Amino acid sequence: MTRVKWTVWLPLAVFAGFVALVALQLFRPAGREVESAMIGKPVPAFTLPPASADRPGLSPADLRDGKPKLLNVWASWCIPCAAEAPQLAALQRQGADIVSVAVRDTPDDVARFLARYGNPYSRIGADDLSQVQLGIGSSGVPETFVIDGQGIIRYQHIGDIREPDVAMLLGKLREAAR
Amino acid sequence: MRLLAPLLLALAVPGAALAQNAMPPAPYAYRQLEDPAAEAQAQELMETLRCLKCQSQSIADSDAPMAGDMRHQVRSRIAAGETPDAIRAWLVERYGDYVSYKPRLDTATWPLFALPLLLVAGTALALWRRFGRRG
Repeated sequence: MTRVKWTVWLPLAVFAGFVALVALQLFRPAGREVESAMIGKPVPAFTLPPASADRPGLSPADLRDGKPKLLNVWASWCIPCAAEAPQLAALQRQGADIVSVAVRDTPDDVARFLARYGNPYSRIGADDLSQVQLGIGSSGVPETFVIDGQGIIRYQHIGDIREPDVAMLLGKLREAAR
Repeated sequence: MRLLAPLLLALAVPGAALAQNAMPPAPYAYRQLEDPAAEAQAQELMETLRCLKCQSQSIADSDAPMAGDMRHQVRSRIAAGETPDAIRAWLVERYGDYVSYKPRLDTATWPLFALPLLLVAGTALALWRRFGRRG
């Protein structure tokens, strides 16, 4: 029997490598969430008119008053935003100052949503063109950012706020206050 | 009734589901720029920017409202005189390289560019060793 050169096995090894790679990605798919690259950077310049009759709009100056805040990106047409309403209310009860932008929303829909699910916000800006959403690197609703007293973005929470996230976000707010 | 149930459900939820489109699209979401040269620049850029809502599409291909808002950003920035590279950089600063379909050459991506060259060189060498010396 003739000796076979080891290189004969090379194509098979490469093929096995591909199979392993595909299997790995199949069983452990990459995350579909796009994280903001703005963590540690100041919120960009913007001015948003109020989205509701009884709360003021939002500008970066409002985020630089020395007190850390939660910036909630939401919309009345977003169903998970309704699901996180009780958690936002809990955060507000426990002392969090929550400002927000309503993305691509009409005043009537905003009013109806707030009447139904409560209003934990001290400010609501109308982000009709997603300019603030794009400006802070948010890729969907709901998302919640922790902004420190100097207007620097400290943390991004993607998706609706669940019960365990309440304590976590309060912790992030305390961290931002230091 | 079993056939009717999904239909009834669809009729019950739409308020919330359709309201996303209750707002008119951004001014430049579907309207081209007046200057054809600027529009061509914007179009070329939009075809290489990822829609964040529908991640396998470019913002030029997507009808997601957020893609419309991104097209509005691109077109109004081009109209204001920004270069396509500056606009791409602005988006990459916010979303990372993921938002761009045009890979940059840097410490993480150099194998993308080096490997094809290496493969071509290797193949050429193998072919030459096998056939080249006979002639």
